[in-house]
Amino acid sequence: MSSLDPVLLSRILTGLTLFVHIIFASLGVGIPVMIALAEWRGIRTNDPHYTLLARRWARGFVITVAVGVVTGTSIGLQLSLLWPTFMRVAGQAIALPLFLETFAFFIEAIFLGIYLYTWDRFKNKLTHLLLLIPVALGSSASAMFITTVNSFMNAPQGFTLSEGILTNINPIAAMLNTAAPTKVSHVLVSSYTLCAGVLGGLAAYSILRGQKHVYFKKALKLTVVSTFVFAVATAVIGDFSGKYLAKYQPEKLAAGEWHFETQPYATLVYGGVLDENNEVRYGLKIPYALSILAGNAPNTEVIGLNEFPEDERPPLSIHYYFDTMVTLGGLLVVIPLLYMLRKWLPGKKAYPKWLLIGIMALGPLSFTAIEVGWMYAEIGRQPWIMRGYMKVAEAATTADYVGWMLVLFIILYLVLCFSCVKVLSKLFRNKDAMEEMRALGMEGGEP
Amino acid sequence: MSYEIVGITVLWIFLFGYIIVASIDFGSGFFSFYSVVLGHENKVHNIIQRYLSPVWEVTNVFLVFFYIGLIGFFPDVAYYYGTALLVPGSLVIVLVAVRGVYYAFNTYGSSKENNKVYMALYGATGILIPAALSTILAISEGGIISVRGGKVVISWTDFFANPYTWSVILLALVSVLYISAMFLSFYAKKSGDEEAFEILRRYALAWSGPTIAASLLAFFEINRQNPEHFQGMLNHAWMFVASFLCFLIAVYLIWSKKHLGWSFILVMLQFAFAWFGYGSSHLPYVLYKQINIYENFTNDTMAIALITAFVLGLIVLVPSLILILRLFLFDAKYVRGSSAKKG
Repeated sequence: MSSLDPVLLSRILTGLTLFVHIIFASLGVGIPVMIALAEWRGIRTNDPHYTLLARRWARGFVITVAVGVVTGTSIGLQLSLLWPTFMRVAGQAIALPLFLETFAFFIEAIFLGIYLYTWDRFKNKLTHLLLLIPVALGSSASAMFITTVNSFMNAPQGFTLSEGILTNINPIAAMLNTAAPTKVSHVLVSSYTLCAGVLGGLAAYSILRGQKHVYFKKALKLTVVSTFVFAVATAVIGDFSGKYLAKYQPEKLAAGEWHFETQPYATLVYGGVLDENNEVRYGLKIPYALSILAGNAPNTEVIGLNEFPEDERPPLSIHYYFDTMVTLGGLLVVIPLLYMLRKWLPGKKAYPKWLLIGIMALGPLSFTAIEVGWMYAEIGRQPWIMRGYMKVAEAATTADYVGWMLVLFIILYLVLCFSCVKVLSKLFRNKDAMEEMRALGMEGGEP
Repeated sequence: MSYEIVGITVLWIFLFGYIIVASIDFGSGFFSFYSVVLGHENKVHNIIQRYLSPVWEVTNVFLVFFYIGLIGFFPDVAYYYGTALLVPGSLVIVLVAVRGVYYAFNTYGSSKENNKVYMALYGATGILIPAALSTILAISEGGIISVRGGKVVISWTDFFANPYTWSVILLALVSVLYISAMFLSFYAKKSGDEEAFEILRRYALAWSGPTIAASLLAFFEINRQNPEHFQGMLNHAWMFVASFLCFLIAVYLIWSKKHLGWSFILVMLQFAFAWFGYGSSHLPYVLYKQINIYENFTNDTMAIALITAFVLGLIVLVPSLILILRLFLFDAKYVRGSSAKKG
């Protein structure tokens, strides 16, 4: 194990922790918003179905939160354990959002505890819903603060570097760096998309299994329409992110697009392979599209990869991550759109089977989109840990046994994810929505 | 007061908060498991569950808050402790992860019966985590972490062969059980559960003697490990005397079954006096002779930003903490268990 490069091992271990954490963190950010939406509709329309929906979601949510909390604790500590030099230097400038995040997390934790245990404790139902607002705000604020730290790694600002020491520090400028607006908003809406999609998939699954109760149709409508809105927002913000990259991190865009020569009227390449002379083969080439992505006009000059020294170029494989993300993002808009247009679709059934299967795929599709999008962002920053200031290789730990720690954490995360899935599926199988409606004496307990 | 002192005081207060809430949590795990083994499971287990369920996540945040704040105020801590503690730090993460996740799975998952494996995990991690975390205090006394050829290294032989290390671990373990039993006795009495109260009171009395014995042992072991620090502690001797007086009154109150709320407040004061006496005499070093709060402090701008953020954060945090305590700790209906259950 020790023959492997500790820098590479540190990268793999950090990547592994984040790979697991972002799934649960995204759920943690988006599901409170969806629960609030359902509970609010329940109160507004006085419809107990929506309240039950909120309640059932909350029950599953707390299980995913637990995994999110512990993997978050894990990455928080690993930042110092695996990247001590980075934390020592960057901590001087970027400690503020990390510190603020713990407050946001604190508020979220406190109110989630209160929310879960007070469903029937208040006379006014609105009081209970109000308790969820700090949870939703806390989790979104957590995501925002942490994403500003990642933005800082891409666009380090708010200091001057002299002889390895940061001076003239401005913590606010470091936090509100140029990468922050597009990154933070992209992370937030893509988390909302994911959660709406996952919950929509659950409703579609029940209908596909033969449930005919209006409860499931209401759930489907609420979630799929939400997915559409959030997915469109994600795509629009994604376009802004492209413009950000073109202006401030052109090497990441250029590597992602296999764009070598600086030029206007740049072509966007979709898919394909590179031959030994860096010529694109088999790819779909869309004229002017890259210039439009970069600057909204075909004559925008797009900086090419040849402007950068070879040892400062990100790996060209990120092209595929970018293309996968964009493709999945498109599907996340199209599938909900088909659902919304279902009355005009050919065929007799109101809920055709292929459409339900498509909706069930929304969750996995958005998971994948988030993971590859994140890989595009992180691998696209290579070789830098702080772009332009510190390379990843300079920042990693010099301690031994990183390889063994990697093995330890692989086992930990496998066990955690496996038992999480098991507990969740058991939770919903043992407490069927129909049974629960009957037990609560809701109208239309039978289909 | 200088920024350095403000920063370290804030962090020390949060670490104290963690010690109290986490001790209750860790000890509860041990007592739950112990009572299952002895067969009076239902008598104490329910009390423990009712208190822990809404607050488990909050406990974790205290710890996260402390180390993120520590790195914020003293970035060099990340470098020294981060490099040296890769392996033990990773093990602590795994233990904390297993404990937190399986607690949530068992409590919020659908299975009604208590899983024995889970109970054992919960009990065991309740002992292992405080033991592992307390060793960082032992390392902070110096002599274990050194820099050789520009590389931070830790000497595990010096660490394990050192009686001071073991005295700190021992103190951590008995304190956890003592704090937890004292709190749970108070909580059981408040909920009117006489049977549980009697059992927990016996635990509390049983662990009070060992707590003082272990404290004295650790106190004098510091003298061998780090005479300079010990001298500092003697200069704050009144705090340790006050701590001991609080202990005596707290144990007397629980023995005579009177004013249990006060008894627990005195337990917190007992640890607060000892904790701040130990902490203030430890200064200016965070790691003896290597990290000094004055030399390894972050820049002034960041310090002001962090302190401002802290004050603003407290304005939101304190009312929220009071709210959760009022709803679950001081609400007689909830404590007695007549209020609505979860989700």
